[in-house]
Amino acid sequence: MSSLLSVRNMSINFDTPRGSLEAVRGVDIEIPAGTSVGVVGESGSGKTVMCRAAMGLLQGSNVNRSGTVVFDGHELTAMSKEEVRNLFGSGMAMIFQDPMTALNPVRRIGSQLSEGLRVRLGMSKADALARSKELLELVRIPNAAAVLKSFPYQLSGGMRQRVMIAIAIACNPKLLFADEPTTALDVTVQAQILQLLRELREDLKMSMVLVTHDLGVVAGNTDYVAVMYAGEVVEYAPTKKLFADMRMPYTEALLESIPKVDHKSGTRLAMIAGRLPDPTDRGAGCSFAPRCKYAQEKCRNEHPELKKDLDGHLYRCWFPIGEAK
Amino acid sequence: MAGSGTAHMRNTVDSVLTVRDLTVEFRVAKDKIVKAVSGLSFDVIRGETLAIVGESGCGKTTLARAVLQLPPPNSGEVVLDGTDLTLLPKENLRSARTSMQMIFQDPISSLDPRMTVHQLIDEPLEIWDRGTRAERDERINNLLNNVGLEPELVLNRRSYEFSGGQCQRISIARALALDPRMLICDEPVSALDVSIQAQILNLLQDMKDRFGLTMIFISHDLAVVKAVSNRVMVMYLGKICEVATPDALYSKPAHHYTKALLDSVPIADPTRQRKTELLQGEPPSPMNPPSGCRFRTRCHAATSRCAEQEPQLQEVAPGQFVACHHPIV
Repeated sequence: MSSLLSVRNMSINFDTPRGSLEAVRGVDIEIPAGTSVGVVGESGSGKTVMCRAAMGLLQGSNVNRSGTVVFDGHELTAMSKEEVRNLFGSGMAMIFQDPMTALNPVRRIGSQLSEGLRVRLGMSKADALARSKELLELVRIPNAAAVLKSFPYQLSGGMRQRVMIAIAIACNPKLLFADEPTTALDVTVQAQILQLLRELREDLKMSMVLVTHDLGVVAGNTDYVAVMYAGEVVEYAPTKKLFADMRMPYTEALLESIPKVDHKSGTRLAMIAGRLPDPTDRGAGCSFAPRCKYAQEKCRNEHPELKKDLDGHLYRCWFPIGEAK
Repeated sequence: MAGSGTAHMRNTVDSVLTVRDLTVEFRVAKDKIVKAVSGLSFDVIRGETLAIVGESGCGKTTLARAVLQLPPPNSGEVVLDGTDLTLLPKENLRSARTSMQMIFQDPISSLDPRMTVHQLIDEPLEIWDRGTRAERDERINNLLNNVGLEPELVLNRRSYEFSGGQCQRISIARALALDPRMLICDEPVSALDVSIQAQILNLLQDMKDRFGLTMIFISHDLAVVKAVSNRVMVMYLGKICEVATPDALYSKPAHHYTKALLDSVPIADPTRQRKTELLQGEPPSPMNPPSGCRFRTRCHAATSRCAEQEPQLQEVAPGQFVACHHPIV
């Protein structure tokens, strides 16, 4: 299977007054064409920074980056800002976590939605508005004509996220980055948005990178999962394989901490004690060792390399689950 | 609900809080009234956690605020330990509020960024003049230890130096400062990561046991609610759909809305994905709620009776009450 996006050995550091902050450390990720890949981890694990860097959206004099990003045969890391920009919309598009702030509050939905169509596809104003209405219908917004004339504040969170999706898919992108698209929404609306994304992916033959902190969301919506911790990919496998046979203690802990409806009420939830290590001081051993219930002396002193099972399952652990200790 | 009724009221002497026929409406324009909470009744018994569940806009937060008289409801009674708060003069209400504390959804913006942790927790103690300086300092240290924070490390820092989970711990310490009898938690974990969510839920459970608290726990996520509650009340557009123990509600939901909420919770197992029909659309406007059962416009079991007649809460199994003309059996 050919890769639509391949990220090789990506590292991102930010210069801060406290020293160099290592947000992403040597990440390799492949997004095969036509698939959906989940990127899972806690806040601060580097998921969003990784996606933004893959799209070339990280600017600023305090950003140091290394590694290569190849999208659809173009090496983004060797292209000018202008050239990368030309890939947005028809090549890559992104939807963001907070649909309340991602839309411009003082422009009507129609004007925001038709902008990409006019700039990228060279449509006339009238054609772009007509197409915008179709796009709103495609994302199942009732009464699309009225919504075109609305301002974002007049819409609910779920409706705004649908508008964001309509804007993102307007120019038929090959790859959609969805950065926590449902985290700010109710469970009922979350289920609707995830279903919509599944259907659109199929209809438009679009690949997707789905960033989330919730393994429950990943389970039904992705083909592959990359688990990130402290800026590194710590486990990567096909989704079914990952859930059936997880090797990383961190992935296991993350899964156990999800409250489930079939738990007996009043039982204590499993939790991951502590929090992510300081990003300016990653320490020598495994980053997860201080919170890991299986950690041994070796974990605290030596940084584990990414290991590969015969079937391509990747993990970064000295004592993976399912192996004799 | 979509319906009304009082069949679920237990009327025992153990009730800490009894709310009867509570109505909250906001006038947003000359002839537009938002009916946020409509004639709702419930009670909470000592040591119990009542969970209130529903989508955004169903009136959960308005209900909690009306209990605290922030602002007072348009009509109805809120009886806390035998005193009807809606009848209290302002000064007495202020002191009555010390026994009910609230924890908010966004832990970072609910703490004043200019105050140190010490000032934040000291503020209620100082206002109510609880003890000498030394006694208050000891109390603050105790509270911080209780919520799992190291006093020496955190006392002189400000909220922006902490993560969301730590800020929520500070909020909990602050809410406990005045020894409340009742804690109202408004979506306390929905802004947090799943791993941190579990820490805070377990902490709330510990605090409840240690301080003998009674809790109201508001959430839109039924999975979160299951872990912490003794009784669950499902709300829709300002009315009650179903009241039951979590085990009954989750294994045999009787209201179609409860079932739809349960079916929306993602399953963390790629081999067990549901094929059921999702709840479509969003709740209608509370300015113009549907006649009869308010859920009928999104309910696949709705009949003409649902439009004509408002369902009343009825007991379908011991301790399980549902307001529906066609409950799931």
